[in-house]
Amino acid sequence: MSEAAVVSRFDAPMLRAQGLKRYFDVSAPWLNRIIEGQPRQILKAVDGIDFEIPRGETFGLVGESGCGKSTVARLIVGLHAPSAGSIELEGRDIAGLSRTQMAPIRQRLQMIFQDPYASLNPRWRVRDIVAEPIRAFKLLDDPAAIERRVGALLEQVKLNPKDGEKYPHEFSGGQRQRISIARALASEPEFLVCDEPTSALDVSVQAQILNLMKDLQRQLGLTYLFISHNLAVVYHISDRVGVMYLGKLVEQAPAKTLFTTPRHPYTRLLLDTIPDLDMTGRARGPVAGEVPNPITPPPGCTFHPRCPFATDRCRAEIPRPLPLDDGAVVACHGVEEGRIPAGPSLAVPEKPERLG
Amino acid sequence: MAETPIQRISTEAPKVAGRFGDGLRRFFDGDIWYSFTRSPVTMVAGVVTLIYFVLALFGSWIAPHNPFDMASLNLLDSLLPPIWQEGGDARYPLGTDDQGRDMLSAIIYGSRVSLFIGFASVILAMVLGVGLGLISGFVGGTTDAIIMRIAEVQLSFPAILIALLINGIMRGVLKENVGMDVKQGDLAYTVLILSIGVSGWVQYARTVRGSTMVERGKEYVQAAYVIGIHPITIMWRHILPNVTGPVLVIATIHLAVAIITEATLSFLGVGVPPTEPSLGTLISIGNDYLLSGEWWITIFPGITLAVLVLAVNLLGDWLRDALNPKLR
Repeated sequence: MSEAAVVSRFDAPMLRAQGLKRYFDVSAPWLNRIIEGQPRQILKAVDGIDFEIPRGETFGLVGESGCGKSTVARLIVGLHAPSAGSIELEGRDIAGLSRTQMAPIRQRLQMIFQDPYASLNPRWRVRDIVAEPIRAFKLLDDPAAIERRVGALLEQVKLNPKDGEKYPHEFSGGQRQRISIARALASEPEFLVCDEPTSALDVSVQAQILNLMKDLQRQLGLTYLFISHNLAVVYHISDRVGVMYLGKLVEQAPAKTLFTTPRHPYTRLLLDTIPDLDMTGRARGPVAGEVPNPITPPPGCTFHPRCPFATDRCRAEIPRPLPLDDGAVVACHGVEEGRIPAGPSLAVPEKPERLG
Repeated sequence: MAETPIQRISTEAPKVAGRFGDGLRRFFDGDIWYSFTRSPVTMVAGVVTLIYFVLALFGSWIAPHNPFDMASLNLLDSLLPPIWQEGGDARYPLGTDDQGRDMLSAIIYGSRVSLFIGFASVILAMVLGVGLGLISGFVGGTTDAIIMRIAEVQLSFPAILIALLINGIMRGVLKENVGMDVKQGDLAYTVLILSIGVSGWVQYARTVRGSTMVERGKEYVQAAYVIGIHPITIMWRHILPNVTGPVLVIATIHLAVAIITEATLSFLGVGVPPTEPSLGTLISIGNDYLLSGEWWITIFPGITLAVLVLAVNLLGDWLRDALNPKLR
């Protein structure tokens, strides 16, 4: 602990989450519980996850709907306070800070939202939307300077500075997401949390937004936490990928490793479902079963009801994350015991610099 | 970061300098005026409303008589028909009422009373209702429960009863503790405005609360949180503009209700003094004479009130759409 305190901000990773948990109380109202004799119900949206994101890299987070991906995003930007665990931004714990304590950190930590149709105030002109962080953090106070900065930001996301005069509804989904990115960049952040920024967009537009995000990362040295349920998108943009299942990280590995040699049975199941021509070459099985109710998760390994390799140990004991030689971390008894047969090694395409 | 684009852009920045921060000018910038001139119905409604305001403001110079001056009234002139009917008098173009007041002058003076009380109490109800509704929907929890239970209790009584209750309590309190008699002058107006305003906030609050709860969950509000905007600013600058649409429509209808409530309270003897009749008072006086053939006492103020309410209603309808950027 004392050692961590003396680590200079340049040695510490951009972001480190340790034992991060967020529980939600989803119990019925007090009176109903008393009368109907129901117990309190706790939803473990995020249940103890650890990861690190080095400066300038992209950490992809994948998983099915409801596995807690978005909650992780909200925890990091402070929309929710964690129930337990720490979030360190360059070695400084920012979990559960008050609004005023959080103020200088927010400037370095911004977020891009999923739905470009809901993330821009329909009554505001684009120039005011993009200028909001500039005004909020008092980065500039001269109206002409703010205006120039907004124009530059809009150009940076490949929009016309004159678009600032318009209202959000005059733009397409992809353009709105660009505005959203411009707003996130307005406070000159170092770290961007991207909560499924492309999942509401057409495939062709997705590629444009991803390319833009990669360009911006290179130009501005940004660090991304990139959340998506689309594995192809995550593979394209991420340096390291984490796979979430029911609030836990079941596997994390460098992107290439994860996609070529998936270890965890759940990761394999996900990879099997990618409908991508480049990723053919394996017999595709339908996704077996559904995600169990997270309020009453299965005992032991939460994946065991869907896992073809489950044993009695899997049904009783919660697996611990196990670091492997090639940088992967897998939480699976089967992998630990070496009883899961190696999957066919995949020929994954080299990552293109840009998507066409 | 990215110095070059900033340098480059400075030469071709859009010509909007000075507009930033100039909220008022932005509110009344070209778009709203343009949509006003595009709609003939709205323009007519605007002109009619303007005429009412001019009459209300400059009524004492425009009206041929002063109906509030008891000394100038002559009971021998009472119940004269309009000028174009048998027995009409050129001095009283729209006839006279039972006290010998010139109807035309009484309508002009009465419009002033009705407009003032109507608008003032609608604004009071709107500020109260929108404010409480916003807080209720935004904060939620116990605050929401308390505000909404009060609203529901109030809603279970007729508005006129609530107004009567508030009116009575205020009159009593003022008389007992301050020694002021509300029957005199401006105090009667204040008490009326307060009682009508407070009796009407519930509709606004419930509507705004509902819309606020929807808006609160949207991502643009979360984006503002991530930037670190203060919750009160978020409520005021982000949510309020998105929940005002239905409020304007309620307000225009409420204006008519407020004017009629004022008339009812005056009729019951707890409104404006009988020597200074409002439109509503004139209508209720005329009611007594409607079946005995003196129709003009109630019909003329009635038409005046109906036209006013219609004009304001149309204006409110237009304003709601004009303020919505999506419909421009």
